[in-house]
Order: sequence, then C-alpha cells, then structure tokens
Amino acid sequence: MKIVVLVKQVPDSGAERNLRSDDSTVDRDSANNVINEMDEYAIEEALKLREAHGGEVTILTMGPERAAESIRKALSMGPDKAVHVLDDALHGSCALATSKVLAAALKTLEPDLVIAGAESTDARGQVLPHMLAERLGAAALTGARKLTVDGATLTIERQTEEGYEVVTASTPAVVSVWDTINEPRYPSFKGIMEAKKKPVQTLSLGDLGIDAGEVGFGGASTAVVEHARRPPRQGGTRVNDDGEGGVKLVEFLVSEKFV
Amino acid sequence: MNIERFLPTEEAVALLELTQELAEHELAPKVDDFEARGEFPREGIRTLGRAGLLGLPYPEEFGGGGQPYEVYLQVLEVLAGRWLAVAEAVSVHTLSCYPVAAHGSDSQRKRFLPDMLGGELLGAYCLSEPQGGSDAASLTTRAVRDGDDFVVTGTKAWITHAGVADFYNVFCRTGGPGPEGISCLLTEADTAGITPQAREKTMGLRSSPVAQIAFDSARVSADRLIGDEGGGFRIAMSALDSGRLGIAACAVGLAQAALDYAVAYSRERDQFGQRIIDFQGLGFMLADMATQVSAARALTLHAARLRDAGRRYSVESAKAKLFATDMAMKVTTDAVQVLGGYGYVADHPVERYMREAKVLQIVEGTNQIQRLVISRALARQH
Repeated sequence: MKIVVLVKQVPDSGAERNLRSDDSTVDRDSANNVINEMDEYAIEEALKLREAHGGEVTILTMGPERAAESIRKALSMGPDKAVHVLDDALHGSCALATSKVLAAALKTLEPDLVIAGAESTDARGQVLPHMLAERLGAAALTGARKLTVDGATLTIERQTEEGYEVVTASTPAVVSVWDTINEPRYPSFKGIMEAKKKPVQTLSLGDLGIDAGEVGFGGASTAVVEHARRPPRQGGTRVNDDGEGGVKLVEFLVSEKFV
Repeated sequence: MNIERFLPTEEAVALLELTQELAEHELAPKVDDFEARGEFPREGIRTLGRAGLLGLPYPEEFGGGGQPYEVYLQVLEVLAGRWLAVAEAVSVHTLSCYPVAAHGSDSQRKRFLPDMLGGELLGAYCLSEPQGGSDAASLTTRAVRDGDDFVVTGTKAWITHAGVADFYNVFCRTGGPGPEGISCLLTEADTAGITPQAREKTMGLRSSPVAQIAFDSARVSADRLIGDEGGGFRIAMSALDSGRLGIAACAVGLAQAALDYAVAYSRERDQFGQRIIDFQGLGFMLADMATQVSAARALTLHAARLRDAGRRYSVESAKAKLFATDMAMKVTTDAVQVLGGYGYVADHPVERYMREAKVLQIVEGTNQIQRLVISRALARQH
C-alpha cells in the first residue's frame, strides 16, 4: 500500500504565537517551529499500516525552507522518503490554493491512501483533507479515531461530540485523524541517523505545472482583513449560593458541554 | 538550565536532543508516582530501549549505538537529572553487557549481544555477597562443573534489578581461593534454582529493586562461561572501571538537577524585600555548587575520553567516581539548605535528590575503595 502522510510545520502551540504585522501571516521567525502535533498521529498510523500490510510511506510537506527540519524529524520516526513543495511564491496561500498544490503533488505520487492530521494547531481550519479528497476524486474519511484496512476497504470510526460514526470507503481515500487514534512513537537514535540518508525530493510550482498567480496572496480566495491580540482573560462568572447554587453550576457545566 | 556541551559529532547532538525529549516526556511526569509506590518503571525503560538507549557504547554490528563513552555518559547525565533510578538502570544494564562484549568469544557475542543490546532485555550484575562487598576476591558462591553444565550454589547480595532482570552476570568460584579461582557466567534469569529474595527497603532509588539472589544448584550451560575459567575477577574489575564512570555521570546529572532547582527557587523566593539569590551568603553557596558540578563533569568526561582513546583510565575513573559522588552529596545537601524548610519536605524534589545521592558514594566500589585505588597508584609511582 502506498501511503502519503501530510506534514505541516507549525509554531509550537505550547508557546506564544503571533501573526506578522506586515502581511498577517503566521510569524515563523520568532517561533519554535515543530511538526503539527496531529500529524505525528497520522505518521504513526501510516507506520502501523506499513508494518501490518507492507508498502511505502511518503511524507508530503508544503512550506518554506526551514520546514526541512520537520521533514527530517518526521522521517526519523520511520517513513521511507519525503517530498517538499518549496516555492517562494507560495507565501500567503489560502487553504484552497494549498489544496490545489498538494493535490498536484499527490497526483505525481499516486497514493492508495493519504493520511493527514484532522487539523493544524495554527490555522485549525480542518478543511484541507476534504478539499484534497474532492480534487483527487477520492473518498474523504475525516476525523477518525480508529482506522481499519481490509484489502481496498477502509473503515473509520469518525469521532463526534456525542460518540462516533462508522464510515466505510474504498481506496483511494484521504483519511484525517485525531489524537485519539494512537500513541505516536519516539524516533530511535538509529532512526535519526537513517533519516539523514533518506531521499527528500523538492518540487517547485513549475514542477507541478501551477502558475505562481494561482497561489500566494494574489491567488488567495480569502484574506485576513485585520487581526488583534487575544484580549486579556476576563474574570469568571460568580455563582452565589442562595439555594440554587448547585443547579446553576450544573447548568453552566452543561452549557459548556463539560457534562 | 542549558549546559554548554562539547559533543564530538552531529549525531551525538541529535542523540542528546532525543534523550532530553524522552527525559522530559517519559520520565519527568512519572518519577514521583513511581518513587512513592516503589514501582520499577519497566515500560519506561523499554521505551528508552526502543529508542536505542540501552546499548549505546557497543558496536553497531551487534545492535549497539557505536557511541564513545564521552557521549554515552552525557546521555546518562541527562537521564539522571530526571530520574536517577532510570539512569542507574541504564548504567547497570550497560555494565551487564560489558563482560560478553569485551571478553566473550566471537560466537558468544553473535549469540547473545543482539538481544542484550536490542532494548527489550534488561541485565544485572551479581558480584557482591552478604559477607563480601568491597573484598570481592573472597566471594564464596560456588560453580561446580558437571558434564556440560556448571552447578551454581550461593547467595549474591545488593543486586540491582533482582527479580526484574532477564539475565545475570554471575561471578562465582570455579577454582581455589583468591582472585584466580573466580569465573563469570552469563545466566538467564528464569534458570531453575535462581530465586530473587525479598526487596531491600532502601533510603532512596525506591523504584529500583535491590535484593539478594539465592542460587540453589542452578544449572548453567558451560557455553555461558564468559572469558577463561579463572578469568572472572579480571573481567569484574575492568567492568567496574567502566561502571564507575557511569555512576560518576549519574552523580553529575543528579547534582545538576539539584542546582537547577535551588537556583530557580532562590530567584523566586523573596525575604527581607529581595530575592534570596541576591543575598551574597546564598549566592556564593550557589556559585560554589555550580562550580563543583562543572568540575565533576569535566573530570568524568576526561576519564571517558581517555577510555575512548584506548588509554589507561582506571585511576582517572576512580577519581571521577570519588569526586563526582562526594560532590553530589554536598550539592544536594546544600540544595535542601537553600530551600530551608521547604527543602525538607517531599513537595520539592531536593529531599529525594539528597537521599539518592548517598547511594552513589557506596555503589560500584565505595568511595573508600576509590581512595584505595588512587593511593595504591600513587604508591606505585616512582
């Protein structure tokens, strides 16, 4: 089975993150850039499938030059090779344009299965897997907490707020996963060493037959009009217990879906 | 605190990063619970094994990491800063692979080492006996040849990993009295007649099982004899030279953790209107602690580099073990002092560090034995 895992480099979600003041894109210079957390689960799921069914796992990343660090890190977990779509003209691309580029790259790789994190910790749009499935004419199995492969038949448990749905499709398919699906492995020391020797192919927009005007700020279907820092935390709601305190607390918890 | 490390290769830098990540995510969150319950973190150690940390200073052709001691010891240091029992486990396991790696035959190395270095197995080292720790040459556990087997009878004491190890290096008497009568047998833990006894109740390292092991006519195949018959004592002593470096590195890591905690605390804690680190009496104490830690690290890595270069390092290794572990006792005690009353309670880790430091002055040769090694070398010099 040929599996491609989408890996995005994002600013570490554990630290303070900002948008740039000049063009409102993610400020990568001042951040500690890491593999998007959910993508590690996607890699783990791909590696488990390879262990069970054989095949090949390829990492696909679109991002600036420094994303190469995250590609190496991803490869150190065990995938076979990587493709890095790298082009200065990509800066400022919207989700739709990103899906066009990734779909073009995926067509050159002809995977049976594409696995992605359900969302990235920077944009959190959750739209890319659906867009890719549409562009590729592949099934979209999104938000999985469990994935089973039986020949060409894929079954996922799609995580919902109330429980889960069982969704079945055939390959080719795009599967997006949540962090409930597995426990990603650590890279091994040997894996880190081997990752340095694994092939990483770099593709430009030209290689993919995409015009620079279709991507970046010029080709964007959405724009950030303005942005502001998160407002300071407000004081919480105070519940005075005049006999109804317990009820009010439960109502609050229910309204926030804690219970 | 970020330590300015001087590492020989890029791969060593990557290895230290991986170790940091494992220590941060797999050890730090669990240590308090496991120490409180006295539970051995077998799964955590397997995780380290799968990452390749259980065979670092051994050749890659047998599944080892091919790393010099200089690098391996800095890995131990990082682990010890988070969880000394785990660092000790890595050190003891690594030591347990030494006899067959250094003195085993080619066929023994091919047969045993890949599994021992593979990360799934854990080793132990059985040298001390109830009546003889420092005076190891007087050991009395007997191995009598019977056909293709040795039949082992006796009691070993202070065995780290007793009951959890998969294999034991057993030093036993196959000949007459004295060091020339001792041999080394690599035995499987589930051999009939090998029975770990009740765990000792220890001052520190409570997650690490230590116990006596009884050998009652345990039959060990003679092809598990490592080195020559009668060559066991030499193996034990040369293994200890390496083991001492492991303990020295553990001491450096533990002391660094105590120092880091004391510094962080004294930058936060205000008394009489200022941070306590800004009182010279306390600031100087921290300065002395920091200097001692750096000196011990330098001494330990110097001995390691001699070993890596194939030079004699036995005496330097004894000095490193002596200095680093005495230093760790002092620095962890001072860290408790910096925290005052808070240092004496288990809400802060420094009381654990202080309890743990003590054992490092005792294991792999007491510090009195280290002084003996060093003073004998001085007496031999002309």
